[in-house]
Amino acid sequence: MKLDLRKLKLRKVNETLQSIDQKRNNKSYTILNPEGNHAICAGLTDDIDVTVKGHVGYYCGGMNQNANITVEGNVGTGVAENMMSGKIHVKGNASQSAGATAHGGFLVIDGDASSRCGISMKGIDIVVKGSVGHMSAFMAQSGNLVVCGDAGEALGDSLYETDIYIRGRVKSLGADCIEKKMDNKHLKKLDKLLKKAKLDKLKSKDFKRYGSARKLYNFKIDNVSNY
Amino acid sequence: MCGIVGIYLKSKKFEKDLGKMLSGMLINMESRGPDSAGFAIYKKEKKEEFKYSICINNLAFEKFKNGITGKIKFTSILKNSDHVILSSKENPKKVLDILNEFKEVSLVGYGKSIEIFKQIGNPKDVVKKFNLENFSGTHGIGHTRMATESAITTDGSHPYSTGSDECLVHNGSLSNHNNLRRNLTKKGINFKSENDTEVAAGYISNHLSSKKNLKETLMSGLDDLDGFYTFITGTRKGFAIVRDEIACKPAVVAETKDYVAIASEFQAMAHLPGVNMAKIFEPEPGIVYSWGN
Repeated sequence: MKLDLRKLKLRKVNETLQSIDQKRNNKSYTILNPEGNHAICAGLTDDIDVTVKGHVGYYCGGMNQNANITVEGNVGTGVAENMMSGKIHVKGNASQSAGATAHGGFLVIDGDASSRCGISMKGIDIVVKGSVGHMSAFMAQSGNLVVCGDAGEALGDSLYETDIYIRGRVKSLGADCIEKKMDNKHLKKLDKLLKKAKLDKLKSKDFKRYGSARKLYNFKIDNVSNY
Repeated sequence: MCGIVGIYLKSKKFEKDLGKMLSGMLINMESRGPDSAGFAIYKKEKKEEFKYSICINNLAFEKFKNGITGKIKFTSILKNSDHVILSSKENPKKVLDILNEFKEVSLVGYGKSIEIFKQIGNPKDVVKKFNLENFSGTHGIGHTRMATESAITTDGSHPYSTGSDECLVHNGSLSNHNNLRRNLTKKGINFKSENDTEVAAGYISNHLSSKKNLKETLMSGLDDLDGFYTFITGTRKGFAIVRDEIACKPAVVAETKDYVAIASEFQAMAHLPGVNMAKIFEPEPGIVYSWGN
């Protein structure tokens, strides 16, 4: 089913995708002419495939549950923000705060993601095939952030329990973020994520793992300079 | 909030369409700034002639025309809604001094190539009022304002121009503008409003007049201007964008072989010809991107 945003209002398109008639068993949808509109595919709850043909604005696929969304273009701020489950695949670049606060699901970005990728992520798995900007995984709580390129300044600042895997160069680490040993358990987990993102050719041993030093969990006067 | 837009043409292909392209960009940025709008267009220049963009507010055009006749030798005076473009071969300093005597009008910019129009109101209405669609030119910059720092007035609208053929639009807010204004006033720069962006424009003018180029000027601004900003700035032959190091204020660039377009959001440029084939990227924080010089 084709939904053309030049002919239909965004609200109508989102309402259609949010209230799928299960009896008709139509699982595949295409959105035409997104033209940078915000909140495309926000709040989907059904197990459907949606392809967006073009560039989108802010909060694409926000709060997604179950849906499999592919964007054939770039995405604006906050793609997959607060996603619960399902998958979002961005074939272009992503702007800032990709996957922000997301609890679950899988976000793949073929290009680069800019600053604050995975900010406050709470369980989502994010794979960025390019590089990420500054303050990525800021206050990230759980889940995995995999970056095949480089990371900008202050990676993982004030990090909780997210695992970060970076293949390239890290410009600097944020407060309480440290490089950690990559053991078999982590190599296996990373292999699985790379495979899921169809990056089988990359070797997990070429990545470095970063995580929390757990020194900022509770206030200690000795750490005051880190706050 | 606020929306900023700009187009710099790399070839002559779209010179006649520049106004139309910029007009669509401004209208699409209404959601980011419904209070006022404005634009600067760089057009072909005439040798030794300066153009003065003047907002005559409520003053009748004939009254203004009669008022300056005999005081300023002008080659043409064209009315466009409540703005006037005055062309003259006289020394700019003399013309500016005379225009300054007219308290009812405000000079919004001057230069050999630049024309600036700005007014309070919805971007759609402002664009229509000045017939932006019919403008041609080489590059242009525009702004839709959601007022935060100062009142909704013509003087509080962007673009700001504090030097010949210079203009600046800004999304964000500066925190050290009062201090900078005091320092720049001492150096002889006049400010018309309490607006933070006008101070940034004055800062840029001051550095450009000390023979720094646009890129060097904006790079020194990264050290001296404190606050949140994405700036788009234009000079007679140049065009640049810079975002502060934190980069909270958005920007996206689309570049084709014919043009460079910049906007706060992609939706502002979705109507541009060939944009889906353009190289689209987000300018990195603390890096100056410039075209021309």
